[in-house]
Amino acid sequence: MSKKKHRSLPEINAGSMADIAFLLLIFFIVATTMDTDSGILTKLPPMPEEDQEPPPDINQRNVLEVLVNASDQLLVEGEWTDVSNLRTLTKEFIVNPAKREDLPESPTKAVVSLQNDRGTSYDMYIQVQNELKAAYNEVRNEESQNKYGKLFEELTSDQRKEVQNTYPIKISEAEPKDIGGNN
Amino acid sequence: MSKFKKKKAGGTPGINTASLPDIVFMLLFFFMVTTTIRDASLKVKIVTPNATEIQKLEKKSLVSYIYVGPPSTPALRSVFGTEPRIQLNDTYATVDEIAEFIEKERQSRDEAEIPYLTTSLKIDKDTRMGIVTDIKQELRKLNALKINYSTKKGGTASK
Repeated sequence: MSKKKHRSLPEINAGSMADIAFLLLIFFIVATTMDTDSGILTKLPPMPEEDQEPPPDINQRNVLEVLVNASDQLLVEGEWTDVSNLRTLTKEFIVNPAKREDLPESPTKAVVSLQNDRGTSYDMYIQVQNELKAAYNEVRNEESQNKYGKLFEELTSDQRKEVQNTYPIKISEAEPKDIGGNN
Repeated sequence: MSKFKKKKAGGTPGINTASLPDIVFMLLFFFMVTTTIRDASLKVKIVTPNATEIQKLEKKSLVSYIYVGPPSTPALRSVFGTEPRIQLNDTYATVDEIAEFIEKERQSRDEAEIPYLTTSLKIDKDTRMGIVTDIKQELRKLNALKINYSTKKGGTASK
């Protein structure tokens, strides 16, 4: 009985199933956006608490002053310069290879103070940020090469921490001024 | 020897394709799961600046986006002007509304994940820093300190 019934059941043709699945598959492949968002990762400083004492004065030699005005002009330590020079200047500031008196005594004390105008363009701001970060990355890479013969990214986490402690990234952003007026 | 010969003589056997749909379905499900259908349609025009020192954002689920740029279509421009605007989710917003937005993002996540939440700022490169600074100050107030300036990889525009 049951055998007979089983035989009489018409089989559904599953041959086109693959086609349908392929169709859906292609749709999803096309619709998928694999764009991984990338950018410059930074951390903002926390808001100062009200009862917090003002930060200690930092020796002038330990600060690299970077100012950007409303017409995207760059002033580093009081001298007008171009973005393309910023990386070299920053590197020299961090490492201080010639042990100059007016540059920081050690890289751990070096602070980059970045101040921009409300009228500065975002493009310029990113370029400055990028150059500063590039300077730090290059310095760290050189340090890793000297010490371990590897790039910073290839180090183990312990070694990386050590390099990070030698060259900590300290970029302080002051509240922007509103001189340009056209924000 | 003769055994092998016999088999060959039987002609090429058809490959069994019965499992083909299964394989394709597996792929299909993989793509369905990984696809992130963009939940916000952009109402602002954004050309992100170029930078070289970029890092990839890990963990997409922990990222919330803030868009800033001029209105994208002529119709929108005629209503809202050409000044850069902030977009949160699907609508234009003011700086004050960021607090609410971040709060909502936090509520939808696990408590343990909150310190890892990153705010990605997708900002048009012609925007002035004033509006960006306002956003940054607001984020500082909210203690959402991890931020990402969204940029394209590439050399900077200046020589």
